[in-house]
Amino acid sequence: MELLVALAVGLMTATGVYLLLRKRSFPVILGTMMLTYAVNLFLFSMGRLAVNRPPVIQVGGNGYTDPVPQALVLTAIVISFGTTAVIVTLALRAFLEAATDRVDLAGTTEKDSAES
Amino acid sequence: MRLMLIIAIPFFGALLPMLLARAGRRACAIATGLSTLMALVLLLSHAPVISAGQAFAVSHQWVPQVGMDLALRLDGLGLLMAGLILGIGLLIVIYAYHYLGKDESLGAFFTYLLLFQGSMVGIALADNLLSLLVFWEGTSLASFLLIGFWRHLTEGRQGARMALIVTGGGGLALIAGMLLLGDIAGTMTISELTARREAIQQSSRYPLALLLIAVGCFTKSAQFPFHFWLPQAMAAPTPVSAYLHSATMVKAGVFLLARLWPVLSGTEWWFYTIASMGAVTFLLGSVVALFKDDLKALLAYSTISHLGLMTMLLGLGTEAGLIATLLHLLNHAAFKGALFLTVGIIDHETGSRDLRNLGGLWRILPITGAIALLGLAANAGLPPLGGFLSKEMMLEAVSQVSWWGQPHLLTAIAAIAGTFAVAYSARFFAGAFLGEPGADLETAHGPSWGLVGPAALLVVSALAFGVFAQPLAEPILQTAVRGAMGNGDAPTIHLKLWHGVNLPLILSGVAILGGGILAGTFDGWRSLLKRRLAIEGQRVFRACEWQLVSVSRHVTERFHGGSLANYLTWFLVGVLALGGLSVWPSGLRSGDRQLLPINVLALLLITCLAAACLMTILLHRRRLLSVLMANVVGLITSIGFIYFSAPDLALTQISVEVVTLILILLALYFLPKETVAEASPIQRWRDAALAGLCGAAMFALTWVVLSSDGPTDLANYLIEQSKPAGGGSNVVNVILVDFRGFDTFNEIMVLAISALIIYALLDGAMHGAAADKLDHWEHDIPRSPEKHPAMFISFTRALLPLALLVGVYMFLRGHNQPGGGFVAGLVVTIALIVQYMVSGYQWAAERISIDYHSWIGWGILLAAGTGVASMILGYPFLTNAHEHFDLPYLGSLDISSALVFDLGVLMTVVGAVMLALANLSRLGRRAERAAQKAAEAAKLLDRGE
Repeated sequence: MELLVALAVGLMTATGVYLLLRKRSFPVILGTMMLTYAVNLFLFSMGRLAVNRPPVIQVGGNGYTDPVPQALVLTAIVISFGTTAVIVTLALRAFLEAATDRVDLAGTTEKDSAES
Repeated sequence: MRLMLIIAIPFFGALLPMLLARAGRRACAIATGLSTLMALVLLLSHAPVISAGQAFAVSHQWVPQVGMDLALRLDGLGLLMAGLILGIGLLIVIYAYHYLGKDESLGAFFTYLLLFQGSMVGIALADNLLSLLVFWEGTSLASFLLIGFWRHLTEGRQGARMALIVTGGGGLALIAGMLLLGDIAGTMTISELTARREAIQQSSRYPLALLLIAVGCFTKSAQFPFHFWLPQAMAAPTPVSAYLHSATMVKAGVFLLARLWPVLSGTEWWFYTIASMGAVTFLLGSVVALFKDDLKALLAYSTISHLGLMTMLLGLGTEAGLIATLLHLLNHAAFKGALFLTVGIIDHETGSRDLRNLGGLWRILPITGAIALLGLAANAGLPPLGGFLSKEMMLEAVSQVSWWGQPHLLTAIAAIAGTFAVAYSARFFAGAFLGEPGADLETAHGPSWGLVGPAALLVVSALAFGVFAQPLAEPILQTAVRGAMGNGDAPTIHLKLWHGVNLPLILSGVAILGGGILAGTFDGWRSLLKRRLAIEGQRVFRACEWQLVSVSRHVTERFHGGSLANYLTWFLVGVLALGGLSVWPSGLRSGDRQLLPINVLALLLITCLAAACLMTILLHRRRLLSVLMANVVGLITSIGFIYFSAPDLALTQISVEVVTLILILLALYFLPKETVAEASPIQRWRDAALAGLCGAAMFALTWVVLSSDGPTDLANYLIEQSKPAGGGSNVVNVILVDFRGFDTFNEIMVLAISALIIYALLDGAMHGAAADKLDHWEHDIPRSPEKHPAMFISFTRALLPLALLVGVYMFLRGHNQPGGGFVAGLVVTIALIVQYMVSGYQWAAERISIDYHSWIGWGILLAAGTGVASMILGYPFLTNAHEHFDLPYLGSLDISSALVFDLGVLMTVVGAVMLALANLSRLGRRAERAAQKAAEAAKLLDRGE
């Protein structure tokens, strides 16, 4: 099972990085979302994997998994929502103001398109 | 305690002018003046005891781990310095009130001034090397703000920056030197250093510590070769120049050398470093001053020269040198302050301070002229002013010391510098006040008392220090010397103007005669000496600055030339390379932890995940589809969280997923629905390769960690303590609201701030180009004919109370079962948003009357309030109390104060998310209205045809 989780982290990272390297704001936002998933899962897995051992104390419980990464990731999820919301809004405002959703500065546009 | 107040009053007073800025200029000035006066009175109330040879001390621990205490000690030396700072400060406040224009921001000016004053008094009173450094840096920062006060002037900004870089850079050297000194001595307390003088001076690190401290003092006190920032700083308003650059801040270096004099002085290192640099500066400053036409520049070099004189005297290491320094410190503050204020008056009344334009001012400004005459006489060292006394003492002290084996060299330098001092003083007076008035000076008018008064008071005291030397200057000096040397060692001082004919008197006579001749024939030989020495340091500084800026700009543009993809590529390659290096050459090895068995469901899910990832990439140009695919990935992650015993994470992830999706869809309403293909195949493969490498690296890292065992101490500790210490059985929630409550508090702050950023961004879109675009909006995708489907409406309205109930339930059980403020907040938000979505904004907004701004505010206040409440009860911030209740009908209930904290979290989450979404839909409604209008107009047009 550990292998599958590692695989999931790798896949999501690769997807995120590829999207981050695009030239328009929308795919970049999706890229950051993907990277967030990957990083959160990575952080979470620092507590190692366990099945049926939630860190909720109960009588006769059969052991508990590490709660620390969970607490960290919980705040990370909420914070990354905040930052995603900010960059989404930033992209929106930039598009409304500039009529383009490129993430490059205007000066480099020509050079880049000449290359590609 | 009263000592602390002397420092606290200026710092707290600094708030007043800012707050009173709207109450008018007068209120600002009165508040500043009163703060200064209070501090001064408080200071002087200590004077009688101190002049009897006592000292006051108070100390509070600050950072005990590094020996940093907020330790203050008021002795004679500190009293002299602090008295000058506060006394002259009071006069400067009056002067500045009359000097600055009606439309200038006096509130900001006085705030900076008081911040400076507080830091400066801090230097005078500090008894701990480290807390002295804090105040030292404080003066650098405050002086930066004051020099650059006239922001519209390029010279002002450049001067401020140069002063900050030079004195700040020196400050770094000083920090190193002080740390070394403290380390050698084994104490950071200044008053304890004297007793360890022998050990310090014998240490092999003593020369290094001395040099570093000297660099700090030299930069601050504008000593050669760091002197060039002071003339540049003259772009400051004149009250600032008078206060900072003659009376107080530039004396900080001299003061610190005097403070450390009993500890560090008396060695060859001390003598040759301090005295030599002082002598060079003394001579250089007075020679250059003669060539300056700008009166402020002339005074700046004159100040450099006098600071050099004091540094040189301290460098001698003799008692006579120290005594002369302290007397000159007092005299110079009085007469140089007065001279700066005089230049300010001339500038203010005539609009010029250039010697080539000025002349004949005696007739127009007679009182100012008299003040200038006395001030210049003191500056030149003429009897019967105080300046004469200290100059004679200086010559006496210097004549007893030989320099580089030459018994008369230092005396000769002092005599030459003194001659030039007479010359430039004479040139100042003759050029400005004598001769015929320039044509444009006829309109000049007499200054107000608020400008003349402070200058007159200063110059009268400069006169009194000479005429009434015995009753006035002597006790002050005696107290200061006792403070500087320690009581037992201090000699008794006798000041008198007439010593009979001796070497200093003869040298003074020669200087006066020579200076007169120099000034009289100046115009004749001036052209011979065209090259100005003093500009060099400045030029070197400018060149270095330019080089640094251009190199860093070049490097930055190489990597970050405006293309995000380019920059990220460099960054990722760098991270991969560093990561690779760190595991080289042993490589990563998987561990031998017992692994969990793989089941069919997991295989199915990972296949779905891989497919969704792939689809996100392949479909990324069709934006709506790719968002949905990305959401599939998020949902599969949350299933993973459930499976791997993290119910809280799963709950949060699912609700965040929903909210994020809504947010992105709202934004996508405006954004293009498709992404054009731009990248070349090569570029795409390159990016794919990089992405693949990053993915592989993360896979490897995760695998290595997951296949090996990790530490469990912290986890076990938290699980054990959760119930007894935190009062809850959901350990994750207890960590969030109790053990790491402060983190959570900061986190909701981040959330609140991002909501406010979003609000600002979207509110700004209601004006300008963005609003224009909204007002001409045309839909780029077809609209549904039925806006609010009836079935959805009736279903979701019935669902609302149920959904809210789920939110409440999640919230209440959060401490013991999966749930909590975050999840509950998101659930409530979703319940509300659904109403907006289905029934339309109008309908929902009329019925849901929540002010989201104030929800954010109250949420944070509530969370902070629980923390503060525990502090009031004497526990650390955010300590929780919990109680067990057995309630009829409801059963047993654990109530914890963490519940209130969590309520704050809930409110902030609801407020922040709703604020963001509601404002996005506000944009949408504007576009919708415009599109509707356009459609109706088109319809009308059709019908018309």
